[in-house]
Amino acid sequence: MITLTHYLTLTGILFSLGIVGVLRRKNLLMLFFSTEILLNAVNIGFAAVSKYYGDLSGQIFSFFIIAIAASEVAVGLGLLVLWYKRSGTIDLDSLQMMKG
Amino acid sequence: MFEAIAFYTFSILVIGMFGIVVFSKNALYAMSALAGGMIFISGFFFLLDADFLGVVQIVVYTGAVMALYAFGMMFFDSTRDVKENIKFKKIIYTLSVLSAIFTIFILMAPIFSTKIEAIYPTLQGVGNVQMIGLILFTKYLVPFEVAAIMLLAAMIAGIVLVKVKMEETPTNIEVARGEK
Amino acid sequence: MEKYLYVALFAPIVGSLFSLLFTAKKKNVITALVTSALLLLSFVSSLTLMFAVYDGLSLHVKMMGWISAGNLSLPFGFIVDNVSVVMMVTVTLVSSVVNIYSMGYMMHDKGYNRFFTYISAFVFSMLILVMSDNFVGLFIGWEGVGLCSYLLIGFWYEKESASWAGNEAFIMNRVADLGMLMGLFLIYWQFGTFSYEEVFAHVGSVNVGIVTTIGLLLFVGAMGKSAQFPFHTWLADAMEGPTPVSALIHAATMVTAGVYLVIRASDLFMLIPEVGHIIATLGAFVAVFAASMALVNRDLKRIIAYSTLSQLGYMFVAAGLGAYWIALFHLMTHAFFKSLLFLGAGNVMHAMDDELDIKKMGGLFNAMPYTAILMAVGSVALCGVYPFAGFFSKDMILAAAFNGGNFYIWFALFIGAGMTAFYSFRLVMLVFFGDKVYKKFGFHPHETYPFVLWALLPLGILATIAGFFEHPFEEFVTKVLDKYEFSMSHSTEVGLIFLTSAFVILVIVATIYKYSRGGFSKQLETMPLYLLLKNQYYIPKLYEVAIFKPYYALSKFAWKQIDVRIIDFSVDLIARVLYKSGQQSRKMQSGNLSDMLRWMIVGTVVLLALAIFYRPMV
Repeated sequence: MITLTHYLTLTGILFSLGIVGVLRRKNLLMLFFSTEILLNAVNIGFAAVSKYYGDLSGQIFSFFIIAIAASEVAVGLGLLVLWYKRSGTIDLDSLQMMKG
Repeated sequence: MFEAIAFYTFSILVIGMFGIVVFSKNALYAMSALAGGMIFISGFFFLLDADFLGVVQIVVYTGAVMALYAFGMMFFDSTRDVKENIKFKKIIYTLSVLSAIFTIFILMAPIFSTKIEAIYPTLQGVGNVQMIGLILFTKYLVPFEVAAIMLLAAMIAGIVLVKVKMEETPTNIEVARGEK
Repeated sequence: MEKYLYVALFAPIVGSLFSLLFTAKKKNVITALVTSALLLLSFVSSLTLMFAVYDGLSLHVKMMGWISAGNLSLPFGFIVDNVSVVMMVTVTLVSSVVNIYSMGYMMHDKGYNRFFTYISAFVFSMLILVMSDNFVGLFIGWEGVGLCSYLLIGFWYEKESASWAGNEAFIMNRVADLGMLMGLFLIYWQFGTFSYEEVFAHVGSVNVGIVTTIGLLLFVGAMGKSAQFPFHTWLADAMEGPTPVSALIHAATMVTAGVYLVIRASDLFMLIPEVGHIIATLGAFVAVFAASMALVNRDLKRIIAYSTLSQLGYMFVAAGLGAYWIALFHLMTHAFFKSLLFLGAGNVMHAMDDELDIKKMGGLFNAMPYTAILMAVGSVALCGVYPFAGFFSKDMILAAAFNGGNFYIWFALFIGAGMTAFYSFRLVMLVFFGDKVYKKFGFHPHETYPFVLWALLPLGILATIAGFFEHPFEEFVTKVLDKYEFSMSHSTEVGLIFLTSAFVILVIVATIYKYSRGGFSKQLETMPLYLLLKNQYYIPKLYEVAIFKPYYALSKFAWKQIDVRIIDFSVDLIARVLYKSGQQSRKMQSGNLSDMLRWMIVGTVVLLALAIFYRPMV
């Protein structure tokens, strides 16, 4: 019998994978991928909670999250392309203009 | 029984795919793995009786988002790997695991404390897509429209940003205009 | 009549503020003229008030509230009664004279304008002290005159000795004022008020031990201001200030504030005759002690300063024995003849180019006869020869001492009177008569400006005739103060007066005779007693060894060890920790997105942990 806990554990594993990616990767594109992982992990969590409580709000939330992910990708990729045009690299370490 | 088998299979697949995304050095592999992971996630949605979400997941993520990434990657010299020197690995893993555990803990906390009452309970004898439609176009109409506007704005932004010519970064354009 | 009160009180401060405008400017006669005019105005107002008080008026005004906190309510209240009006008249009269005198004396000084600012500010503070209707007002005036005294002693602050003397006076007064302050706290603690009226109304119903403590503490303050032993050293050193200041502050007015305090608080001191006895004993001791130091001193001003000390001792004897009106009377007459003496000494100094050594003078009578006459009058009044002012007041004190059965006090005062006669006439003889020693040193003495002499005339007249106001004065002030009854027979009194007068006159004649014959032999100066007296009983030396040096060492220790090692160190440590941590945490701000993300996650984890584990006490 699969319970909510199973799903939430899965969510946690995926989420920490995403965080590892966010922290670890220096390729900006990979950063975007990792963000997608984070969002998807949360989506699973929402859908699971929705199922086990018999409440549709969770699914609606997932739906909106997908919409946000889509727009994030659109804008983010646009910016990334722009940055690549300027600097010729998508290395994160090249982005250090705000050094204190 | 079937549920359990499906859950574990999908879990392993998704974790494996996302593991490749996170740890692979090749951007192309990573992207492909991500696309696969997205599709496997939709499997969870079907398992959870969220048919609509599963469909949306496949259509939007694998169809649109991943296509967008694919196009994006064409701009970049993907053969030239980004040299990644990673420091503080232990810290990274500790932090990720800790944050995941805490998040789950918080998510599960209400289960042990209080009973949650459904605001929009699932209806009996009605399909999932129909239910979503009912709620989305009644209770969540305004957020839905706002999301639509946001998507539109994101689309316009993406087009404008990418359209700018190589030499003409936005700041350059402004400078050029100011000079004229 | 209230307006006279306000005019008398505020005219000096107006003058002070006016001349304050000119302090940074070059010498301007207008400051002197304006302050003199305003002081005279104050004097006239005080005089008017005195006549009004004589007719039975008693003014008690509350100008405005000042401090009102909790149960404490302190108004700016002023009282004009028989006692304070006497002080007002004395203070304003002497200060007017001194102010006019200073126009001549300070003629060529570059601090001309500043001088008049200080003098008027002093008079204002003194009037506050005298007129206040509560202890706090008195204390404010008390500190105000202390400040002005400090400023005026150190008037020639370029001179190291002057600034040293100023500091000495100020610090010594602070030490004594601590006693006074504690007395005030005790008064408030016990009575819940500072007002004279209320305190004295309830003083009888309070534990005698506490009243004794209050009386002693107040007297400690009085000792400081009136330079009684052991706080006496500052007064002699205060002679570093300009001579008019010595006349006004360190002879006539400020130093008598201690006596005034005892008189003002007579209702309190009446209840504690033991303390009164201590006061009287100390006064008698100082009377002889100071006079003995004056015997051998060669410094013109210091002799008069010691004489002042000695006379203050007389006043304290009277005040301590309960003869308050006599103390006040002596205070007044002393103000007249002592300021006269000081101002005369100022004339001499002026003529001798600020030379103070009386052995270098002599025979000045021909050069400055008027000054000589005025100083002789002052000296005779000081010695207490009939019919001069000192005779009446001083003999009264001696009689009071005899009357109280305190024969040793009487005897001390009797000896003191003889010493007074000796040093006064030693001074007069050495300065004005005998060989013209000054010629050897190339001085060209000359009489001072006529207006200065005219200004001294009122003091000279008062020093001569003030004694005849004895009975009106007694009648006047005993309306407020308690009467002092002489229990001894009239013939004893006459006998005493005759005895004292004869003794004094004998000493005077002997002194004149001796010094007209060339004075004492040089051999006396090697005697141990002479050296003891000349070195002021080695008390300044003792203070230096026993107090200054250990205190300096202690301060140095506190500075080097406690301040630098502990306080500075801990403050520096805080700064260093902050600086280091800032330096370290600067690295956080690397501008690298990965680092920022990492910090973000750290923050998230911390917040999540807080959300889970932190349970505020509800």
